[in-house]
Amino acid sequence: MAETRGAQPAISGARAEVVELRVNGIRHSVHTSPERSLLSVLREDLDLTGAKYGCGEGQCGACTVLVDGQPVRSCITRVSAVARKKITTIEGLAKNGRLHPVQEAFLEVDVMQCGYCTPGMILSAVALLKKHPHPSDEEIERSMEGNVCRCGTYPRIRAALRIAAQKMELLSKEGGHAAGT
Amino acid sequence: MLLEPERYEHYEDLFYHFEATRREFIKVVGGGIVVLCLCGDALAQGRGGRGSGGAASQDLGAWLHIGEDGVATVYTGKVELGQNIRTSLAQAVAEELRVPPKSVQLVMGDTDLVPFDMGTFGSLTTPTMSPQLRRAAASAREMLLDLAAEQWKVERISLVVAEGKVTHAATNRSLTFGQLTRGQKLMRTIGGDIPLTPVDQWKIAGKSLRKVSGTEVVTGQHRHASDIKRPGMMYGKVLRPPSFGATLSSANLSAAEAMGAIALRDGDFVGVAATSDHLASQAFQAIDAKWQSSQQSSSSGELFDHLKKSATQAQVPGRAPGTSLGDADSRVRLEQGITSADLKLEQTYTVAYIAHAPLEPRAAVAEWNGDKLTVWTGTQRPFGVRGELAQAFRISEERVRVIAPDTGGGYGGKQTGEAAIEAARLAKASGKPVKVVWTREEEFSWAYFRPAGVIEVRSGVMKDGTLTAWEFHNYNSGASGIRTPYNIPNQKIQFHQTQSPLRQGSYRALAATANHFARETHLDELAQAVKIDPVQFRLKNLTDERQRAVLEAAAERFQWGKRKKGKDEGFGIACGNEKNSVVATCARIKIERPSGRVRVLHVVTAFECGAIINPDHLRNQIEGCTVMGLGGALFEAVEFENGKISNPRFSKYRVPRFSDTPHIETVLLDRKDLPSAGAGETPMVVVAPAIGNALFDATGVRLRSMPLAPKGMVA
Repeated sequence: MAETRGAQPAISGARAEVVELRVNGIRHSVHTSPERSLLSVLREDLDLTGAKYGCGEGQCGACTVLVDGQPVRSCITRVSAVARKKITTIEGLAKNGRLHPVQEAFLEVDVMQCGYCTPGMILSAVALLKKHPHPSDEEIERSMEGNVCRCGTYPRIRAALRIAAQKMELLSKEGGHAAGT
Repeated sequence: MLLEPERYEHYEDLFYHFEATRREFIKVVGGGIVVLCLCGDALAQGRGGRGSGGAASQDLGAWLHIGEDGVATVYTGKVELGQNIRTSLAQAVAEELRVPPKSVQLVMGDTDLVPFDMGTFGSLTTPTMSPQLRRAAASAREMLLDLAAEQWKVERISLVVAEGKVTHAATNRSLTFGQLTRGQKLMRTIGGDIPLTPVDQWKIAGKSLRKVSGTEVVTGQHRHASDIKRPGMMYGKVLRPPSFGATLSSANLSAAEAMGAIALRDGDFVGVAATSDHLASQAFQAIDAKWQSSQQSSSSGELFDHLKKSATQAQVPGRAPGTSLGDADSRVRLEQGITSADLKLEQTYTVAYIAHAPLEPRAAVAEWNGDKLTVWTGTQRPFGVRGELAQAFRISEERVRVIAPDTGGGYGGKQTGEAAIEAARLAKASGKPVKVVWTREEEFSWAYFRPAGVIEVRSGVMKDGTLTAWEFHNYNSGASGIRTPYNIPNQKIQFHQTQSPLRQGSYRALAATANHFARETHLDELAQAVKIDPVQFRLKNLTDERQRAVLEAAAERFQWGKRKKGKDEGFGIACGNEKNSVVATCARIKIERPSGRVRVLHVVTAFECGAIINPDHLRNQIEGCTVMGLGGALFEAVEFENGKISNPRFSKYRVPRFSDTPHIETVLLDRKDLPSAGAGETPMVVVAPAIGNALFDATGVRLRSMPLAPKGMVA
């Protein structure tokens, strides 16, 4: 039985244009096809490899970045859709050499095994804590369900979220520069 | 410890040439102190090694260098995949060197810099590599003492090593390691006879040290293989057959080439490389290929029949007491054992193929410099991949360097070098470095799977709970963990190879998960048949004190027999041993109504693996094993039809997520009197039977196929 895999039409709109990106407070003019994924541009054009490829269909959360504070699956986000918006990747989360409380909490709980899901987990957690400063178990499940940790460190991520919530509360009481993103 | 060859682990003969490498190594590191550590472990001896010609021709296991700057660097072929071995090896070395762990560096998995190593699998790093490195470090410490004693003309016994310094208290003098090694070029080769710091005197090992590379991970600075970038690098994509076994009839590459991509056909290999990932995708789409599909078309629906029918030969794993070797005498005794029993039970259990699905798929960057090939890839066997590359390109292994950066998950699934070969082939064609990263769909379809299996068990038991006979046949899934820990006088235990319709290979804990699932489910069925509490039933037939200790510890923490069941809840327990460690797990589950979704609410696992090197990282492994084991127990299964995987995506292949995660309690039994065993695999082997037994407790329905409840319990 013969099977044919015919040539498929080239992706439309392949012509490159200049897309303005604001990543971690820095402006980039990227010469790219507007159809490309934000993940590809971050990783290959800007060499920001903290956002990871895991599935290409927005199902695992390894590619999560923040766009205007909202968690976004960069593997299914067209780069042109986020032009001129405020993008935060894991590389831009620490401020003035100080780790974000969620990053600190991940270290304190010693969450990581392979660490491949960690950047996406941390950014999803940052977005969650901004919305719910003291999330219930159900809120954690609901908003983190789309992030896969194949090593199975979920109990530790949950514990780290709790510690980060306390740290952020303390910081905001001190009136300090609480983890804005 | 007896190490059995396991058919699904990839083994390879040792071939390291000691003398040549020693010279090269000294050239590389320059001055200071070098300790070369010979393989003194059971593995090398058991495999013949090169031990017959005396120390000079033995194989090296690892080496340690203390430079003229005082920095200690360990070179080992083991790799980090999330088991946090980089941390525990650093602890073991720091312990013997009497330095803070952060001052120990580890060079891992770089075939040009480290001695040959078969690979990181089988929970072998802790029992074999860790003692070698401890001996190397202890020996280096003694050399530093010698240097100080000579310099000060004092007795060695009057000196103390601590915090990276040698101190002579009587004269209040001290020298750092760097001061001592400056201008030195000392080398010592050691065997297995170096005395080590007794476990009960450990100050650094035995404690919970955080992941040494934690900061790089949480800031996104760590570079996995898929993050490597090289000057002028191109992006590669490889064409896959539409179904397993299909052969390529024709491929028209002109459209891809017209786009400016490098397009290549070499036998059945078709691939493209382009200057951007976007162009590579477009060129890839433009390939016009025709395939001839294979006549053989199997489906998951008829899998278990197929495995039974294609069984070829039986293998008896070792000679456990009472294990039948197939002779007439023992067969007669087995039948007598069954006949004389008050109750007989015969059941069949099955396990599905499952996928490792490491979150980082296979990835490699390959670069040719003249006739020398360098490949960065995430693998458990850098030297194995080096061999694959040398073979594929018909060059000597000396011309291939494989570097395995700390990798985004393996679980037994990254023992092969497919992406490395593909990237290297495209790099050769394009004359530029090429990166190949498998898509999730490729990883699900073209990697290899945890073997599926059929297990038949026949047993006899007396009314008082005494087991009298045990017959156990495993078709296809493997022999690991196949022996029973229970005292049964008449046994026949066999593993049967079959023709697997899918590509299969190593998976965390190998077949121990399947064999424990069948055995511990069957035990539960027997306990129920004779109406004896499952814990008491097991204890009645167990004399191994380590096995009893974890079973009792898990039951106690879980409050087995005292805890009250809620509505639609069930409790289950199971125990076992593998790779020189012992485990018992209790599970509490609940069926949600009306959805029928199974929730695992609470898991208690008691685990003992000898002397514990890092308690918190051990707990982390047990927790991870619990979550991963839960996926295979309840819902993970690779489905296939007509030679195609039908669920090659995370949207179709369900993996455990936050909402699946139970409250997990771990009970660690620290046996400082026993050698440390590896712990990244065994804690998962009884998760499935504990959950299955709890499901029976909740519903009265006995499930004998893994996954147990992919669509929930609607009954």
